[in-house]
Amino acid sequence: MSLLELSDLTVHFATDAGPVEAVHKVNLWVGAGEIMGLVGESGSGKTVTAFSILRLIRPPGRIVRGSIRLEGCDLLALSEEEMRRVRGARISLIPQNPRTALNPVITVGGQIARLFELHRGLPARAAWERGVEALDQVGVPEAPRRMRQYAHQLSGGTCQRVMIAMALASSPQLLIADEPTTGLDVSIAARILDLLRELGSRTGAAIILITHDLGVVAETCHRVSVMHAGQLVESASVRTLFQQPMHPYTRALVRSIPRIDREVALEPIPGSVPSLLNASPGCRYVTRCLDRLDICRQILPPLELIDPDHRVACHAVEASRAAVA
Amino acid sequence: MRPLLRVEGLAKNFPMRGFGAWLDAMRGRGSDVRAVDGVSFDIATGETLGLVGESGCGKSTVARCVLRLVEPTSGSVRLDATDVTSVDAAGLQRLRRSMQMVFQDPTAALNPRLSVRQMVEEPLRLHSDAPARERREKTDAMLVAVGLGLEFGDRYPHELSGGQKQRVNIARAMVTDPRFVVLDEPTSALDVSLRSRIILLLETLRETLGLSYLFISHDIATVKYLAHRVAVMYLGVIVELTDTRELFARPLHPYTKALLSAVPIPDPEAHRERLVLAGEVPSPIDVPAGCRLRGRCPFAQAVCAEPVSLREVAPDHFVACHLVAG
Repeated sequence: MSLLELSDLTVHFATDAGPVEAVHKVNLWVGAGEIMGLVGESGSGKTVTAFSILRLIRPPGRIVRGSIRLEGCDLLALSEEEMRRVRGARISLIPQNPRTALNPVITVGGQIARLFELHRGLPARAAWERGVEALDQVGVPEAPRRMRQYAHQLSGGTCQRVMIAMALASSPQLLIADEPTTGLDVSIAARILDLLRELGSRTGAAIILITHDLGVVAETCHRVSVMHAGQLVESASVRTLFQQPMHPYTRALVRSIPRIDREVALEPIPGSVPSLLNASPGCRYVTRCLDRLDICRQILPPLELIDPDHRVACHAVEASRAAVA
Repeated sequence: MRPLLRVEGLAKNFPMRGFGAWLDAMRGRGSDVRAVDGVSFDIATGETLGLVGESGCGKSTVARCVLRLVEPTSGSVRLDATDVTSVDAAGLQRLRRSMQMVFQDPTAALNPRLSVRQMVEEPLRLHSDAPARERREKTDAMLVAVGLGLEFGDRYPHELSGGQKQRVNIARAMVTDPRFVVLDEPTSALDVSLRSRIILLLETLRETLGLSYLFISHDIATVKYLAHRVAVMYLGVIVELTDTRELFARPLHPYTKALLSAVPIPDPEAHRERLVLAGEVPSPIDVPAGCRLRGRCPFAQAVCAEPVSLREVAPDHFVACHLVAG
């Protein structure tokens, strides 16, 4: 059984013009100790999906359908009080911008120690000691001194390490990292990813890594799920996804990036992300897709199993497989 | 062939103010931020020079000094026959139409109260005495050239997406027929799928208009795609400068090696050696003597405490490192 299983997750945001379907019938799972990459353009629903898992969607947003099961227990059925014991304790979040996520008027140490007081019930002095250890573990140099500093005194890379230390304070089973390296310099980013990988294997926590950088995915994740306009289009092991991308969107995405390891002709993805306002019931990539069929507009293709570790939601892929068989 | 742009010994110090600076002065320590410390390069007509390096290495300051948006402390910049660093205010004003800039944040760079047409036309108003009809034709042609189309002329920035805004910025920079354009992280604020389109647009414009670019970015894959030659900066100086292909095939400076080896490759099968530098970039206030990478470099030796400058170790391959033979 997977650690986390999302089925048919659908999230709407109410607007004056009607509901915006930010996430549409998404099925997703993560196993213990697995690093799963969640990839897509802006507006593909990556962050909304992640926030849904933590039940942090606020009005006008609403989870309208689906279930989110953590070790079999449906998080959507929990009371707010029970959910609070899940957040931060069993699932924690590394937010997109570490500097704004830290409280600017409380020392770093004050914020970390508070977590150990809350989650572990430690007295203040012991909590502070654990805070120093936590910073040490994520490779922050001079941890005792850093504990007494404020967010503005730290570099971007150190801020991100502090956020990771805080996310790990309660030994969560699932860590959601939302673009943890965006905005960081490459060498700092590489070290943050090394750290996440190492923590994943050491603590056995599952990690959902949200990113738009395919390089980050290839070097860090075990499995990848690709989202487009609120729908999950493909999910596969990293190796399979890069060797045999099947969904037209995934294939276009791989061809659209400049890369340092080989000479490529850049091919931008045609069209733009469609409006999610009163979106059509079918596949939302249809307006940009070169392989589209008549059926694509009307019926959402199901996520079909192609290989044990490869699922694709595409009528065209299904049709060509049927023709071969 | 004479280069279009020649930069020699460019330096920019930012003086520190306040109690801390006073205290440093009392202790006899220099307290200037040496953002750029003796940078030289040239760019040929139709060429793109990539300038890469991490935050705070001085690459944006170089760009601003080249355009004289900030006054360099010393050094010279020549655009063709004109000395940009010594030209007077009126001359600089005339020079502006031949050297333009595209900024990183496409939203902040646009005036929210002007329509797209007004913004693209404004440089023509300022820099030429062309009659209204001619200006209008030129503006229309530019809107089409950047892929916006005439229907965008009457829109305002808030009605545009990030990619469209950056196209307006590009149109505005190119409308005065400049010869040299600085691109300061033009794709960093854009979504992945838009990036490749802006990259292709910039490449097409350079080819059709015969432009030269100084392309600043920390996105090394994009630099590899666009630049003919690349200069790598570290702590205010250029540490390596060579042809793009050569740089990626045979990086020589330890800093370049470390930088390139940190770029994630979108291929799970790719395996390579990572070169990790110790610690973080030191403050540009207290620059180490000799090679600036010395304290972090895994290969550092006694000789590295000696001053080091850029030298040609192979044809057109310049490196500032004592340990590179040649």
